[in-house]
Amino acid sequence: MKLFARLALGTALGLALVTGAASAETVKIGLVVKSLGNGFFEAANKGAQEAAKELGDVEVIYTGPTSTTAEGQIEVINALIAQKVDAIAVSANDPDAVVPALKKAMQRGIKVISWDSAVGKDGRILHLNPSSNELIGNMCLKLAAAHLPDGKGDFAILSATTTSTNQNTWIAEMKKQLPKYPGLNLVTTVYGDDLADKSYREAQGLLSTHPNVKVIVAPTTVGVLAASQAVKDAGKIGEVFVTGLGLPSEMAGAVHSGATKEFAIWNPIDLGYSATQIAYRLVKKESDGKPGSEIDASRMGKIKIGADGEAAMADPFVYDKSNVDEFAKIF
Amino acid sequence: MMSRILKYRELLLGAIILALIAAFSLRAPGFATPRNLAGIFNDTSILIILALGQMAVILTKSIDLSVAANLAFTGMAVAMLNAAYPGIPLPLLIGAAMAIGAVLGAVNGFMVWIIGIPPIVATLGTLTIYRGLAFVLSGGAWVNQTQMTSAFLDTPRIPLLGLPLNGWTALLVIAVIAVVFMRTGFGRALYASGGNPTAALYAGIDVGRTRFFAFVLSGTLAGLCGYLWVARYAVAYVDIAAGFELDTVAACVIGGISTLGGIGSVAGAVLGALFLGVIKNALPVIDISPFWQMAISGLVIIIAVLFNARQERRKGRLILRDAARSPAPAAAEGAAA
Repeated sequence: MKLFARLALGTALGLALVTGAASAETVKIGLVVKSLGNGFFEAANKGAQEAAKELGDVEVIYTGPTSTTAEGQIEVINALIAQKVDAIAVSANDPDAVVPALKKAMQRGIKVISWDSAVGKDGRILHLNPSSNELIGNMCLKLAAAHLPDGKGDFAILSATTTSTNQNTWIAEMKKQLPKYPGLNLVTTVYGDDLADKSYREAQGLLSTHPNVKVIVAPTTVGVLAASQAVKDAGKIGEVFVTGLGLPSEMAGAVHSGATKEFAIWNPIDLGYSATQIAYRLVKKESDGKPGSEIDASRMGKIKIGADGEAAMADPFVYDKSNVDEFAKIF
Repeated sequence: MMSRILKYRELLLGAIILALIAAFSLRAPGFATPRNLAGIFNDTSILIILALGQMAVILTKSIDLSVAANLAFTGMAVAMLNAAYPGIPLPLLIGAAMAIGAVLGAVNGFMVWIIGIPPIVATLGTLTIYRGLAFVLSGGAWVNQTQMTSAFLDTPRIPLLGLPLNGWTALLVIAVIAVVFMRTGFGRALYASGGNPTAALYAGIDVGRTRFFAFVLSGTLAGLCGYLWVARYAVAYVDIAAGFELDTVAACVIGGISTLGGIGSVAGAVLGALFLGVIKNALPVIDISPFWQMAISGLVIIIAVLFNARQERRKGRLILRDAARSPAPAAAEGAAA
């Protein structure tokens, strides 16, 4: 561990030497991810670099442990503190374990925010969620309506387990916002337990018991994939559509087969972009990041900080035939 | 006498399945159409194949909890092979899946036979190890539909006389296993080494070796299912078929394979798997609250086992079981070695 720390510190210092000479005025932002080599975070880094380029005087140090451990992240954070970065934006492996290290950073004037995966309230100024439950629920309804003629017709939800917290929250949000979509009718909710075989059978069951259901909305990656396969195997492509939340690399096949026209998930590029923008504004003291304030995130618009210092970036990003292949290469 | 009871059991189970189908079709019209029934058989194919492998192991008084993990590992391995080298012909890939499965099964067999670890512990260990290895192999990444070739994904879906090749594979495996269990020395050794290890030993059967090959058979079939599973759901990830090993044990138990070894028939295991398959396929269409589904599935298994236990008690096998447990066979085994 010590050796690793030294190595990490060494590389970090090396990096700082190479790049630090560029300009004394450069704002240095450490983008700490859960682990290196993960497509999602590589994409986030892409967005962060884009923001750095736009802002001009920013240097993003993309770093993280090699495996998703809190210990590894603490070492990386300590290395960033030693490098005297101006801000740290972290997607935490553990909400509590990294708090002491981040507190130390804040004591030295480093602006700390978390994104994607939150840090405990004491360890950060604000947390940037990729989206909010409300926006996700709304997006699922929007996608369902987009697959129906005139946005009117029957749809069903294929969820994960009956006890899954995020799924139930999103389904509750969908039900709450359903009146905004007149003509859209939720027939039933079934549970595939995030198992490929059970989700497949549940989707098959929907097809045979509810012939009026024209759209299956699955806000879970396993479910949306299994339902697409079930629709394809039943020969109902073009008759019944599947949509929901999924990853482009997993959903590319379903989009090309026609079982799915559109689906959504937060865009990691936008997330890395927004995190960098926010960190920059905090360093430049354009905003204090207090609950109730607003931060300008350039092309992502103004991001409002809600209660508990939590902010929601935007609507989930919609993927279709035109862009799914491009993103499939990323995550 | 015994064979008559066994016959009776299978007939009864068959009748129960038919009654269930009739009852379900009252609530969900169209459930009993030939097309839907073929679909259910096709859906249950993987469970049937795995249950037959599990049956071989259970016959020898052992249990293989690693079948689903084995399936996940081999499925991941062949999916990655297919993604990396799309040129490899499918028969070779299926052969590779079965070979990898056989090796994983042999590891179980080796631990039980040579090292002497109780089967439930050994396979509980490999259950975690094989899933872990699948994770190591893939780095946690998924193998997606677009990465695999269409021959790899679609071959099990080719329909032949109304049943996809996936289902025909299960029929072929059933036929081969039935012949092996009933007409070969290995089959008799399976029944003998579970039914009465002492007598098996005196008859010149190496109980440990028989167990080893039972595990190899179970592993090979799990490997085959690894391919079928990945092709069916068109995706490979570490958690596929999580918890499926319990379904295979349940299918055997419902089918009348005694967990104490030595009793059971191929028809029983197949019917046991079909019973679960019918229920699994019916629950989504007969409009039962998902909150009840798990409880109902479990209840059905317990009723089947209760029925089983009564059947076994009637046979009065206690004396033999005691004989098998006494230290005599261990000493004799030592002498034989």
